[in-house]
Amino acid sequence: MTIDLLYFAGIREAIGCDGESVSPPEGVRTIADLVDWLAARGGGYSEALADRGRIRAAIGDRFADLGSDISGAAEIALFPPVTGG
Amino acid sequence: MSASILVRVQRADIDIGVELSRLEALGGGGVASFAGVVRGEGGMEALELEHHPRLTEVTMERIAGEAAERWPLLGITLIHRHGRLLPGERIVLVAAAARHRGAALEATTFLIDWLKTKAPFWKKEYFPGGRSRWVEARMEDDVAADRWGQRG
Repeated sequence: MTIDLLYFAGIREAIGCDGESVSPPEGVRTIADLVDWLAARGGGYSEALADRGRIRAAIGDRFADLGSDISGAAEIALFPPVTGG
Repeated sequence: MSASILVRVQRADIDIGVELSRLEALGGGGVASFAGVVRGEGGMEALELEHHPRLTEVTMERIAGEAAERWPLLGITLIHRHGRLLPGERIVLVAAAARHRGAALEATTFLIDWLKTKAPFWKKEYFPGGRSRWVEARMEDDVAADRWGQRG
């Protein structure tokens, strides 16, 4: 299964790109699993995703929790808490 | 009653006169608005606003829809800028029109409280000498948003 990942703000800067296509292994079922799998790549990934409490996510155009199921997801965005307005 | 909703994310400045005129023309007796302006505190030279285009627009539409369900509004306007902004520039306009002031004023407060805490925008501050930092989310903003409940 291929998922298009989008990174924003500090997470984008630490990882060093604004997105990529990934094919996580079968055991990766939730956003939290995906974050663990990405963080295990080390370098900018582990730095960007170190503080799990500051990771927010969206599947397509819906916000998601770390526990949200990602099966069938085509696009997932990872970003820090929002600071607009 | 179905409110006339306008949601927009744009790089250009916000013409408040034009936007409020649209709401004034809807036939109500009250138009309330909030304009957010970039602060130049601590020697900050510029602010860069990043957003998630599709999710941002969908979220702003949901927030406007939630306000339209909670108050008897004739119109709602939510306009947020993105890109590089200088101190003193407008960053956001939130406005609501209703038959009477109460609904317009309350809805405007609700709209900016939810916009600040739910819409996917991120601010980065730039200082002299090339220093920059991402703005941290503020607990006070979450408290302000939470007093409206978690529906929607």
